[in-house]
Amino acid sequence: MDKFDVIIVGAGLAGLSAAYTLAQAGIEVVVVERGDYPGAKNVTGGRLYVNPVRQYLPDIWDDAPLERHVTSELVTMMSPDNSTTIRFRSEKFNQPPYHSYTVLRATFDRWLASRAEEEGAMLVTKNRVDDIIMENGRVIGVVAGGEELGADVVIACDGVLSLIAEKAGLRSPGVPQNYAVGLKEVIELPRATLEDRFGLNGDEGVAQLFMGSLTQGRFGGGFLYTNKTSISLGMVVGIKDLMEKKPPVEVPYLLEEFKERPEIAPLIKGGEQVEYSAHVIPEGGMAGICPLFSNGQLVAGDAAGFSLNMGVTVRGMEFAMASGVMAARAVQQARERNDFSAASLACYQQLLEKSFVMQDFRTFSHAPHFLENPRLFGFYPQFAGEVLEDLFTIGAGPKAKLSDTVRKHLSFGEAWRMAKDLWGGLKI
Amino acid sequence: MSERRSMKAKLGVNVFKPDKARHINIRPGCEKDPRLMAAILVCPAGLYSMNDRGEVELDIDGCLECGTCRIACGPEVLDWYYPNGESGVQFRFG
Repeated sequence: MDKFDVIIVGAGLAGLSAAYTLAQAGIEVVVVERGDYPGAKNVTGGRLYVNPVRQYLPDIWDDAPLERHVTSELVTMMSPDNSTTIRFRSEKFNQPPYHSYTVLRATFDRWLASRAEEEGAMLVTKNRVDDIIMENGRVIGVVAGGEELGADVVIACDGVLSLIAEKAGLRSPGVPQNYAVGLKEVIELPRATLEDRFGLNGDEGVAQLFMGSLTQGRFGGGFLYTNKTSISLGMVVGIKDLMEKKPPVEVPYLLEEFKERPEIAPLIKGGEQVEYSAHVIPEGGMAGICPLFSNGQLVAGDAAGFSLNMGVTVRGMEFAMASGVMAARAVQQARERNDFSAASLACYQQLLEKSFVMQDFRTFSHAPHFLENPRLFGFYPQFAGEVLEDLFTIGAGPKAKLSDTVRKHLSFGEAWRMAKDLWGGLKI
Repeated sequence: MSERRSMKAKLGVNVFKPDKARHINIRPGCEKDPRLMAAILVCPAGLYSMNDRGEVELDIDGCLECGTCRIACGPEVLDWYYPNGESGVQFRFG
């Protein structure tokens, strides 16, 4: 059996960040990836917040293939026949170093892999890891492409389902309430058309989130990100709600309906759909995080459940990169002790606890519960639309006062529930 | 039927490489399992459908390997694995 210092399962952001860090420290590391190239099996909505990870991977950003830096943030609340949009533009977001970028994973992951390889990491693509090898209660290697490969530590970075962590007994199969499904189309447009349509100068970009009737009362929402010469358009819907909410609807239909909305159709008109992708997204918050280490094994990225929906910001990729780096640092510490037992690798948990990763998870531990509130996807978008519609309408006869207009659409019971929801929101 | 065709067209722009074997299989005897019905609603590629005998069928061509059916139905109903290396969808944008 060939033996390496470290085997990483999956060349996504967690795996590649770990590989880069380990290789830089002179540790022999091999990354096994089932796709034809890194990024071939990966999907993002499409935005990366760079600030949290800059310090963990300080030297790599100059030539990173990022799409556009986001200067405008839009949030749209949708009712069946109207919508309310808040557009926030910031010149601060237009000053380097930019804080967030739209990205496409097939390009980005390949680039990160090449940086890891430059540092000395080995990359094996087109090979699926079929199993882990256990001996006396510890992970000692993996089986990939029919071959056995041994290692002091295996880092499972195999994505949201993490069949590797499951085989090692670190987690059980996921349950619907902790996950959502994301669907995305990449739609190409000529660069000039795209920049005109969205009012963009140069490499500026927009990020737009949608909530309300597009998910038909289900947890979730839509997203639109501008890339250099394409739009990433899609939606995210809670799996449990899709299974249970009535009337039943097939999820691809929700995306088709969304694309036909008058708010969306003109934005993608004349564009060419060049890809359709989908992926499960962890949405469980703290409850979705699995045990992070065992004898000879660490878990990082989506595989560990590191994804956080904070309402108007949805984050996963920077948690993946940071947790990958910290897994690598934990391995370095364990090597100094020459001890790869669970007790020794537990330093990974401590590194995470001290970092923004676990701190953000603790700070926003109420967020998943708050965001499950069905009124966010039904009542509020409708209420905003109705009040604004009345406000902007001049009909025959005298016009009602604003307070009467609000009262017409907001019963005492709803006002009370709204106050409670607001309180819940402020606690996040 | 037209919906089915438009989904095929939508998936048709993706790059797929054929696999030696199906990577997801409905476990024998589970074709009418109530847990399997969810797959019809949640599959982004619309690959699950019910035949006239009331059994759920899976057309694996066009699978996006998203994992949603495994979360929704569970491994007791679906024998679920990723495709072999060099197979399945290869995203060019992601």
